[in-house]
Amino acid sequence: MARTDPKKDVVIIGLGWTGSILGMELAQEGLEILALERGPDRETVPDFQYPNVIDELKYGIRLGFMQKPRNSTLTVRRSLTETAQPYRRLGSFLPGDGVGGAGIHWNGQTWRPMAEEFRLKSYVEESFGADIIPEGMTIQDWGVSYDELEPYFDRFEYMAGIAGKAGNLNGEIQPGGNPFEAPRSRDYPMPPMKQGVDAQMFEQAARAMGLHPFPRPAANATQAYTNEYGMQLGPCNYCGFCERYGCANYSKSSPQTCVLDALKRMPNFSYKVNSEVLKIELAEDRATATGVTYFDEAAQEEVFQPADLVIVAAYSLHNVHLMLLSGIGDPWDPVTQTGTTGKNYAYQMNGGTSMFFRDVEFNPFAAAGSNGVSIDDYAINQIDFAREGFIGGSYITAGISNGQPIRGISLPAGTPSWGAGWKQGIGDWYGHSMSIGSHGSNMAYRDCYLDLDPTYTDRHGRPLMRMTFNWKDNDIRMTQFMRSKIEPIAEAMQPDSWRSSYKSEGAQYDVRPYQTTHNVGGAIMGEDRETSSLNRYLQTWGQHNVFVMGASAFPQNIQYNPTGAVGALAYWAADAIRRDYLPNPRPLV
Amino acid sequence: MHARAQAAREVPLDQYQPEYLTAAEYAFIMAATDRIIPEDGEGPGALETRVPVFIDRQLAGDFGTAADLYMEGPFTPTADPFLGTQTPLTPAEIYRGGIAAFDAWCAQTHNASFADLDAETQDAAITALSEGDVPLGPELREFWSLLLQNTREGYFSDPQYGGNAGMASWVYIGFPGARGSFFEWVGRPEAYPLGPVNIAGERA
Ligand SMILES: Cc1cc2nc3c(=O)[nH]c(=O)nc-3n(C[C@H](O)[C@H](O)[C@H](O)COP(=O)(O)OP(=O)(O)OC[C@H]3O[C@@H](n4cnc5c(N)ncnc54)[C@H](O)[C@@H]3O)c2cc1C
Ligand code: SF4
Repeated sequence: MARTDPKKDVVIIGLGWTGSILGMELAQEGLEILALERGPDRETVPDFQYPNVIDELKYGIRLGFMQKPRNSTLTVRRSLTETAQPYRRLGSFLPGDGVGGAGIHWNGQTWRPMAEEFRLKSYVEESFGADIIPEGMTIQDWGVSYDELEPYFDRFEYMAGIAGKAGNLNGEIQPGGNPFEAPRSRDYPMPPMKQGVDAQMFEQAARAMGLHPFPRPAANATQAYTNEYGMQLGPCNYCGFCERYGCANYSKSSPQTCVLDALKRMPNFSYKVNSEVLKIELAEDRATATGVTYFDEAAQEEVFQPADLVIVAAYSLHNVHLMLLSGIGDPWDPVTQTGTTGKNYAYQMNGGTSMFFRDVEFNPFAAAGSNGVSIDDYAINQIDFAREGFIGGSYITAGISNGQPIRGISLPAGTPSWGAGWKQGIGDWYGHSMSIGSHGSNMAYRDCYLDLDPTYTDRHGRPLMRMTFNWKDNDIRMTQFMRSKIEPIAEAMQPDSWRSSYKSEGAQYDVRPYQTTHNVGGAIMGEDRETSSLNRYLQTWGQHNVFVMGASAFPQNIQYNPTGAVGALAYWAADAIRRDYLPNPRPLV
Repeated sequence: MHARAQAAREVPLDQYQPEYLTAAEYAFIMAATDRIIPEDGEGPGALETRVPVFIDRQLAGDFGTAADLYMEGPFTPTADPFLGTQTPLTPAEIYRGGIAAFDAWCAQTHNASFADLDAETQDAAITALSEGDVPLGPELREFWSLLLQNTREGYFSDPQYGGNAGMASWVYIGFPGARGSFFEWVGRPEAYPLGPVNIAGERA
């Protein structure tokens, strides 16, 4: 150990969405806080400035804002017997790096899970009987209810300035909103986004079929807005460079636009960049953490940073990696089914149907990360799991989010992938296609989990984390069910042609194409220390001064994008720390 | 400055001095990209848009040297492709090895290196390559997917990277480039009227 720094009240690992929120909330208590961020500093000016950020090759393809596998990665295998191989080049998921984390380059689709999802196991057992849960599926309840979290969803949505239309206000169904959502205490802080031609066409077709379309909730501002921290957003101009890019326009909700300038003005908050935390250090009796060890890139030395409270906010995958490296909780063993750390890693099951209309101009470049029209008619609380033979659900959306040509031009079936036919195809079909997508849940399984790799190490000599994950029949049946619902809508819209892409029986996980950066589980919350890593306040069961944020807390994946729930849980945990933990530090459960 | 004027002032493709590729490799890239995105038919081809320059510069830079990739062993290049790239070679080395192996196959199968074949035979050779019928060995198996992807990148990326000369590919498909502001155009069912701009602020 080369250096020990003076003690802080709080050390925060990672300065992305959750690190920024916890920083702000705890700074308001007057605590001395240090946030350690492994990547570089990033600010709207100069890092996201127009026109340099409108660079598809640099950011959309070479992934300039994302984590570099050379510095940080994991290994992947699809079964307990396969040898895991390193995720050498980013593909399937794109973790963030640097101040703001993935919060700078997300789309901003900001959802609340359904009330049923927070008590999924109980809901399934009560409604359909425990025997419909297949062998090897390890779903659990979260240990916290939607009603308890509602004020914290509200808090996150008003802090981030979400644009949308309520469908259920205190139990009253609202026309034009999502009638299947759980009740919310007030409407969204901003009106919904403008919709593209594709979303308008989908909305008409869905409504004509008796379905219930509503605008997708968006962290892309539709008005000038000032949040509770005094941070300001301006209306989105639909620049078409949203996901994978920082916003040049102060319109996308992010740590930069919603929290960080206000946080940096707090005299008791400071942060260091290029400072990767290597390990959370535990006291000899292991009942508490004493602080963290990090690598100070500028000084080229390891530093021990003592602290009374450790907030782990490093993104779900890195949260679990740090817990495994630090001996927080016992690692999950898929054979004996004991331990908790790394348990219930889950992902997102998506599929879609592309449609081609020779005579329609979609102008796909006039788009934002979250515009679009969705339906929740096939959501988790609308499906008879016993009849359909799967557990899960999906929201369904049409909403083009960009027209960037390298990232892909959708072409009708049979178009060659190179040569004169390809060139003809892109000329004929760019701007003349749209799609309807299913964004579905993914259940947890005994043999889908995270542990330490036996072979590969990172640049600090630490074992890489190993992901064991594959697609399962239950979730494949779910996505095939969605196909059977989406294709009739597509046909009703009378395209010149259409083409579907959904996982089918026997589908294997492929790490190469981008799917989502919705990696969840591994440090799951719950009611019981034997079956979860964290209690309902995101406090580790074993070390009461360690709180772990992020989607690693999800016991299985919801049918929605994670960040609405990640944000609500961060405020829920922050409130428990402020009201209950700081006055009397102890296990809260 | 007018982008087409600028493109015209750059050195002609056949006089370009490659930074990474050898003369023979450059001749291969010229010939192969010309088949992947040919000049015939509507829209510009790979040579008109200077895709070979783009590829050479990418291979000379961070992309070619695998600067961002995890390159620690052990390597298992024969692993299931679904587990992602597992070759010990950098992208630049894959091009070097891939061009040599593919040219050797062309010589054996068609009695000439790829660049010297007629267009029809070149297309047949690329078809074989793209369908995995050219035995390259596991360490080089991503050669075709890299070549195809990098060709498209050179065609469509901002002209500052050496390709997409004159923004001709953007003009062809109707992509407005780096305009980055379309508030009034969301949901309007008519074609967007303005041509592209690039990051340097030039119009096509
Ligand atoms: C391309 C993309 C699109 C997305 N779109 C959506 C969407 O539309 N809707 C949605 O709900 N979600 C979306 N997400 C997910 C969303 O970005 C995340 O849920 C959210 O950012 C998670 O917040 P976090 O605080 O857990 O992690 P992050 O915001 O990623 O912050 C984690 C931070 O910790 C740092 N860090 C990691 N390890 C260490 C360490 N050892 N030491 C120090 N620092 C460390 C990282 O560098 C990073 O800055 C998207 C993500 C991506 C990548
Ligand atoms: S689409 Fe809107 S919110 Fe997204 S980056 Fe562009 S201006 Fe910002």
